[in-house]
Amino acid sequence: MLESSSPSSSTAWRIQPQGDRCLMIYFGDQIDMSIGRLCLAAANVLRQANLPGVTDVVPSFTALGVFYQPHGRHGPCYADLAAQIEQLLSQGITPDTQTGRDVDIPVCYGGEYGPDLDEVARHAGISVDEVIALHTQPGNLVFMLGFAPGLPYIGVHDERLGIPRRASPRTAVPAGSVAVANRQSVLYPSRLPGGWNIIGATPLSLFDPERTPSTLLQPGDRVHFVPIDPTEFSRLREAGQ
Amino acid sequence: MSITVIKPGLLSTFQDAGRTGHQHLGMPVCGVMDTRAHRLANLLAGNDRDQATLEITLVGPTLRFEAPACFAIAGADLRATLNGTPIPCYRPLIARTGDVLAFGSAAPDAGVRTYLAVYGGYALTPVLGSTSTYVRGGLGGHAGRALAKGDTVELQAVLPTTEDTLSNLAQALWQIRVYLTSALAGRSRSHLRLLPGVHWDEFTADSRNDLLNAEFRISTQSDRMGYRLDGPSLAMTTPREILSEATEYGTIQVPSGGQAIVLMADRQSTGGYPKIAQVITVDLPDLAQRRPGQTVRFALVELNEAQRLDCEREEAFTQLQETLAQIRDVLERVARD
Repeated sequence: MLESSSPSSSTAWRIQPQGDRCLMIYFGDQIDMSIGRLCLAAANVLRQANLPGVTDVVPSFTALGVFYQPHGRHGPCYADLAAQIEQLLSQGITPDTQTGRDVDIPVCYGGEYGPDLDEVARHAGISVDEVIALHTQPGNLVFMLGFAPGLPYIGVHDERLGIPRRASPRTAVPAGSVAVANRQSVLYPSRLPGGWNIIGATPLSLFDPERTPSTLLQPGDRVHFVPIDPTEFSRLREAGQ
Repeated sequence: MSITVIKPGLLSTFQDAGRTGHQHLGMPVCGVMDTRAHRLANLLAGNDRDQATLEITLVGPTLRFEAPACFAIAGADLRATLNGTPIPCYRPLIARTGDVLAFGSAAPDAGVRTYLAVYGGYALTPVLGSTSTYVRGGLGGHAGRALAKGDTVELQAVLPTTEDTLSNLAQALWQIRVYLTSALAGRSRSHLRLLPGVHWDEFTADSRNDLLNAEFRISTQSDRMGYRLDGPSLAMTTPREILSEATEYGTIQVPSGGQAIVLMADRQSTGGYPKIAQVITVDLPDLAQRRPGQTVRFALVELNEAQRLDCEREEAFTQLQETLAQIRDVLERVARD
């Protein structure tokens, strides 16, 4: 295990093996915009370095997973790869605020689109309109995608959207659902089981393998939720098909 | 130039080395459960690059060749027959137009997955760079799903149809000797080898001891996504919320209930459970061949050793590929794409 810090900032990280073909780099232990941006910046550094043998660089809230083939003529063993990464990161990483795109996500809130909106408002002790106002504040970051292709984890919302996940998850959440828990949002690309609180739905397609890129959102994108009404929802949904 | 599915078998899906490079978009890697058998099947069928093979599970399909083809079977013995006659695994074989290839059921304790490769590969459309079937996502492979009765699967290579040429070809292939070195042999180990997981130190001493000393039974709730292990309950010393992060094939995670789950080929790209250990790469084929009800024991190994074994297996594959160039030569002389 290597523990280091970058000379150009107070950034610290820890590199640790995850089996014989993957290593993890940890930048912190809690969900935080600046830690998330560090992960994304480090992911960019590693992708651009095009390290031999590396197949996937997977950012999450506080960590990066680096998948590699440790064999072949150019494949690195763990110690070599960790040292290479160490050297790259030591040259300095700064939280990434540049590479992501600004993306507007239209959301139809409440009613059949967001069956848990009232419950989220009740939990926060505010009105439904205030929940929508908090959720549509700008400055959200796509920390990571996971669980299913194209499913983004977006945050960090106002602490009043800190409702926990539902005690009993739903077996099927409709595609396009926008759901919140623990000051984050997820968007369901397809019909999936899920325990988050559904407050609305987007008419946009979040994943399409025929499209390039295949996912609507990517790690590092900045998301702005924009409220729309059911008529607009139907119009956009039809336009997208 | 195709294969018709007469009976689909229990779960027959096309898989290749996996859909890597898209995990940061939430895409599961999928791909074969047993890379060893898959790669052997490909090499023995005369393919020198990764082609999808048909991953056959527990109860195999019945298939009819609508054109001549060279094929090979590797992995569990599912008692394959060609036109009713038993045929060997780990050999390049020739099928004629109209031949029926039928698989039976896996014998107890003799593995559960077998791989059918055809020379030139199956004509499948890659999705995001891979032909692996991702059944939950309905994409890749053949129509994004397991084979069904009546399916027609096209083949890429065309072999000559004259009987003389085919019997000469079959003869030439039969003469080729195939030896598998110990690094490529598929023998089952008494203990699967582990590396400590990223949260190893946070588990109780009892949990770590149990993982290394107890016997675990593969639960009936096990599939290509994960193997649940029935055995001692495992726990962190101070349970805490783990944030979702990258997971790997062979990661052993422990949800709060205490039951260990080994993540397999169709695992989600990220997971939010503590990870106690990781099955080493070269032992994954052994695990993937075990069925619900079978037991598994674990032992720790050093990372250097795990990577040395992985490299050794890779070297053995490279050597075998060179040795089996004669299969490709024989086939290339008569086939066209």
